[in-house]
Amino acid sequence: MKRKNYFLLAITVLVYFFIFAPLILIALTSFTTESYISFPPVGFSLKWYQNVFQNKTFMEAFQLSFLISTASTVIALLVGIPGAYALSRYNFKGKKFIKDLFFSPNMVPQVVCGFALFTFIIVRLRLNVRVALLVGLSISVVTYAFRIVGASIESLDYSIEEAGMSLGASRVTVFFKIVLPNISSGIVSAFLLAFINAFNNVPLTIFLSGPGVTTLPVAMMSYIEYNYDPTVSALSVLLMLMSFAVMLITEKLVKAGK
Amino acid sequence: MAYWLLLLPGLLLILLFLVLPILRIVLPTFVGESGLTLQYYKDFLTDSFYLKIFLRTIRVALVTALICVVLALPVAFYISRMGSSRKGIMIALATFPLLTNTVVRAFAWITILGREGILNNLLQKIGLASEPLKLLYTEGAIVVGSVYLFLPIMLTSLVGVMENISDETLEAAQSLGANRLVSFVKVVVPLSMPGVIVGSVLVFAGTASAYSTPLMLGGNKNMMMSTLIYQQAMLLDNWTRAAVIATVMIVTSYVVVGVLNTLAAKLGEKSA
Repeated sequence: MKRKNYFLLAITVLVYFFIFAPLILIALTSFTTESYISFPPVGFSLKWYQNVFQNKTFMEAFQLSFLISTASTVIALLVGIPGAYALSRYNFKGKKFIKDLFFSPNMVPQVVCGFALFTFIIVRLRLNVRVALLVGLSISVVTYAFRIVGASIESLDYSIEEAGMSLGASRVTVFFKIVLPNISSGIVSAFLLAFINAFNNVPLTIFLSGPGVTTLPVAMMSYIEYNYDPTVSALSVLLMLMSFAVMLITEKLVKAGK
Repeated sequence: MAYWLLLLPGLLLILLFLVLPILRIVLPTFVGESGLTLQYYKDFLTDSFYLKIFLRTIRVALVTALICVVLALPVAFYISRMGSSRKGIMIALATFPLLTNTVVRAFAWITILGREGILNNLLQKIGLASEPLKLLYTEGAIVVGSVYLFLPIMLTSLVGVMENISDETLEAAQSLGANRLVSFVKVVVPLSMPGVIVGSVLVFAGTASAYSTPLMLGGNKNMMMSTLIYQQAMLLDNWTRAAVIATVMIVTSYVVVGVLNTLAAKLGEKSA
């Protein structure tokens, strides 16, 4: 197998081209001077970027998405870390069932979850749309906390905790002084992945919007419905930069964790 | 009993805001004026309009999963034979689109497949088409967009399994006279089946419940279950029908995952 396999090389190049060409295309079209999307792009200007920042809907939607995603990620972690700890450090009856329940947000299609939360939180409980968004997004990303933080805890040697406890520290002290510092990189990667997924969510948040309360992806979708200009390309590039930053930080942390 | 205290917040969140709201919409769909009934489901599945949308959803999800498997198998194998640093870069590259908004990714395909889009311009320039082809707002466009969304997921789940196939295994197959293609089909593919199944579950479930891609690339004529539930619930205010669709989607998701997991377990027994 050490010989170069040109067929595999070719198909790999093609697949990666397929993965990246559309994104590169968007980036290129965002710098055009024309008011429509053209390829190859004509001229060079940053006016579409300026347009993004002058668009009140996008700016407000970004603010909302950013705040709600951050808050729901924090909730997901506050709920998920103790849950993941309990699942990996205790043995009890019904553990398998609880685990399945904790991962059930992955099994239920997000549109279903969105519709159910719309009828429950907004219609039945008459609560604010923002509350519904907060709760819905927390649920949709809580599995990242369970899975990633859970894996960090599993890979941590339990004997260190036992040593701490045999020296007289309480379980709580051991958790905060030994476990937490050791799983911090797992927590940060869970935070970043949960955040970006909450931020990008469409199927859930499309059901949970109200007057003046629209998340950025939903705002983009309604903009595209009526406009076809490079503003969306420019906004897309800005969002890609955000994703790229998240990816770089996560990679660094995963490496540091190893 | 400390663990119950630790589990409590998670349990509350999921029971109160996932299980309860879903039961609230699902249970009434089984109750008619004269007790328990399956009438709503019968109505839904015998109406050719809805049945078509249901079948389209299954078909698009299956085709997407299949294309992802076929494309990802050779590529993942190639990546899995790389040194660890190059492998890391390839996987990082593949995961980048996953962190990008689905609206952005569907928008990219609008600019490619549209009437005045890049592909149509190209086809006309090189003379393969005399007039713009209808590429966007078709079922094919949804499949392309979905493959685009989920191929990275299939790639990463396959690389994860293929890493564990040792070079010795492959050399053994070849020293016994298998050429590279035969050893790939008879050795690599069967050993990768757990990854194929995990990846297929993720791709199928993702495609069947994606919202922005079918909406933006399929248009009104090619609805899928996710765009249908939104239309019924939010535009037509037909909550009963939306609840029926919700139940069908949940059941489909559990059935497909269940079948594939059973398959995975069977394969596991065989190879063990």
